[in-house]
Amino acid sequence: MFDAFVSLVRRDLSAAVNIHSNWLMPVAFFTVVVSLFPLGVDADPAVLRRLAPGIIWIAALLAGLLSLERAFKDDFENGSLEQWLITPHGVYPFALARIFAHWCITGLPFMLLAPFYGYLLGMPVHSLPVVVFSLALGTPVLSALGAVGAALTGCLRRGEMLMVLLVLPFYVPLLVFGANAMDLAAAGLPAEAALAISGAILIVTLLLAPLAVGASLRVMLD
Amino acid sequence: MLDAKRYASLPSFYRLCGRLFPWLLPATVVLLAAGLYWGLYLAPTDYKQGEAYRIMFIHVPSAWMSLFVYMVMALAGAVALVWRVKLAELIHIECAPIGASFTALTLLTGMLWGKPMWGAFWVWDARLTSELILLFLYLGVIALYSAIPDRRKAARATSVLAIVGVVNIPVIHYSVLWWNTLHQGPTVTRFDEPAAHISMLAPLLFMAAVFNLYFVTALLARLRSSIAEHCREQQWFRGEAGIRA
Repeated sequence: MFDAFVSLVRRDLSAAVNIHSNWLMPVAFFTVVVSLFPLGVDADPAVLRRLAPGIIWIAALLAGLLSLERAFKDDFENGSLEQWLITPHGVYPFALARIFAHWCITGLPFMLLAPFYGYLLGMPVHSLPVVVFSLALGTPVLSALGAVGAALTGCLRRGEMLMVLLVLPFYVPLLVFGANAMDLAAAGLPAEAALAISGAILIVTLLLAPLAVGASLRVMLD
Repeated sequence: MLDAKRYASLPSFYRLCGRLFPWLLPATVVLLAAGLYWGLYLAPTDYKQGEAYRIMFIHVPSAWMSLFVYMVMALAGAVALVWRVKLAELIHIECAPIGASFTALTLLTGMLWGKPMWGAFWVWDARLTSELILLFLYLGVIALYSAIPDRRKAARATSVLAIVGVVNIPVIHYSVLWWNTLHQGPTVTRFDEPAAHISMLAPLLFMAAVFNLYFVTALLARLRSSIAEHCREQQWFRGEAGIRA
């Protein structure tokens, strides 16, 4: 089962690397969204410092959705999704591998870039480890919940907007606690409580979301 | 005693709806009028909030219902997913517009109440925001249902979505305790003793019961027409409706 997981992740990642736009697009989108805020709101450092956690989280949220839409579409169209549902491994490792591969091309680079952008937006240096940690706990949840939305809308012809509408409300608790942790850290306060809740959300989501993905795929292929 | 299996079949449930509805509709109208009279006229004036608090008799029951209907929707969805009961699929999806209406009513009455009490129609308080997100969850269910052409598949897909959304319900319910911002804390479901006086609590609970009755009535009416729509080509329905071939 673990071999199946590894080979799936490897396949997804090599597919993403071979087509340039697939792994570059989310990062570029993340960067563009972050850089639009100073232009749109205010370039005043005091304002930006106050807004930075929210900007980083909202940019991660939107950029993560970008590449999700096709998460199951190709497999659905070429029939390999049906093959997966009838393998003895079940759909759980398949869903988990898809979530992990998506996280590798979205959450992971966001996590690595975020302290840099946080610094550009004026966040104090001592809060940057919390920025990384908060994104490390939060971005896998974005991928996992997004996969549920992608599985539900994957085989619809115009599912992109619908997927965004379905998924974004579920991101709210994450946005609240993730941005809250960064806020607290920037103010020099302990952020453990918000990080702990983010971690709890991560554990529950990683346990349950693959099941929901599996149920959705079964319904859609019925 | 009702035979549950028998009523899970669409024809007998259709007839059951037809028999119950003529009793439920007048009962709902009369009790709703009585509850409104009790809450808006007979109940005493609040010493702090004056007459404006009376919107509570609509706001609070509809807020409870907005959560309760979501739970019913998710539960019916779970039954539909596991046992593939067609009636459960219909109950699941017919709950969505009713619940969305209760949620919209909660937001609307909350805004009307917030203006005199807080001085603003809308504040970004955790509980208000959660209720708004609940509305989005309902709209998501309705949107997904209408996007999938196959009705049965659509109902099962929205069932998955509703069950995932149930995770959000405790967040909504306990958000007032977690964030504890502008919204007043719960006054009825406290463990020690309700903070509301019995002369206000009684009409509130009465209104909550009436809102439940309204939910059942509206759900049965919706189910009856949705069964009619699903089965309009079937022999039993044509016989029932007196349609000659």
